[in-house]
Amino acid sequence: MAILDCSGLTKTFGPKRALSNVSLSIDKGRIVGLLGPNGSGKSTFLKLCNKLLTPSAGTLLINGEAPGIKSKSLVSYLPEHNYLADWMRVCDIISFFRDFYEDFDASKATEMLVSLKIGERERLKTLSKGTKEKVQLILVMARQAQLYLLDEPIGGVDPAARSYILNTIIKNYNPEAAVIISTHLISDIEPILDDVIFLKDGEVVLKSSVDEIRGENGVSVDALFREVFKC
Amino acid sequence: MNWSFQTDRPIYLQLKEQITLLIISGQYPAGSRLPPVRDMAADAAVNPNTLQKALQELEREGLVYAQRTSGRFVTEDEKMIEQAKNQLAAEQIDRFIEKMAGIGFTVEETLALISKRVKE
Repeated sequence: MAILDCSGLTKTFGPKRALSNVSLSIDKGRIVGLLGPNGSGKSTFLKLCNKLLTPSAGTLLINGEAPGIKSKSLVSYLPEHNYLADWMRVCDIISFFRDFYEDFDASKATEMLVSLKIGERERLKTLSKGTKEKVQLILVMARQAQLYLLDEPIGGVDPAARSYILNTIIKNYNPEAAVIISTHLISDIEPILDDVIFLKDGEVVLKSSVDEIRGENGVSVDALFREVFKC
Repeated sequence: MNWSFQTDRPIYLQLKEQITLLIISGQYPAGSRLPPVRDMAADAAVNPNTLQKALQELEREGLVYAQRTSGRFVTEDEKMIEQAKNQLAAEQIDRFIEKMAGIGFTVEETLALISKRVKE
């Protein structure tokens, strides 16, 4: 069953079409890569799913309903920007999230903090940029959501943490939940993806499974991306 | 286990080959229970659905079997494992002979070279 469904989804900013006539359906239990060059509409799409933007045309349904309060309890979203207050300690944010989301598993968050060697008493402003990103991702992954929308989750962190994060996504796998990951680091995430969606100038130019791409073209998704988006 | 994947072929096929190798080499002995899909997927750093697909293929070929409630097991049929072993050996030999032919050696010359090399 589809957890996310959109048809004819369009978003314009004045004369600019950021997203153009996008029709997609994402099933439960899938891990999907949303791939495209800078400015292809990836973040716009994820923002529409979270009602941070409203569509100019078309429909978007999450679990059968338009994005809103109800969908926010189902969706765990990692935005492209850090929105956490700098003065807070890591443990403050954990209790903040516990109060805010019914599905937040604080023990899971603590476990991940320990693995990534982040102290709970640390204040966010004393953390490096990459560590802040890790904290934010831990918060997002510690929820038992039905849809995870991760906007560039591994771009700012070191390769060891990257492997840990990808492993967390695998271990967290739930046949009732879907994960959408937008990123440029295709070769890193390719083995954990079921499907990929290529966005180009706001339009979907390809939707396929990773193994289909490899089977039919004899190349990796990463290589195909370089071919499709050759500058 | 060191899993590694080439970029030019479907991942599930490569997983299937590597799991077969684990069975043939006895790391997953005949009749033994395979680790849960999620653990194997995490270990190989691959999508659990992809691993599932690889295991289903192995099931279809009979090298592993599923028991409804208790997971997946390696076949108890040692003959079948032996067969898989021989098949893999044949593939490796074919590939090697092909490569030697590419260098310019006939099968006889290759054989002579092998026995000479082994004696050294």
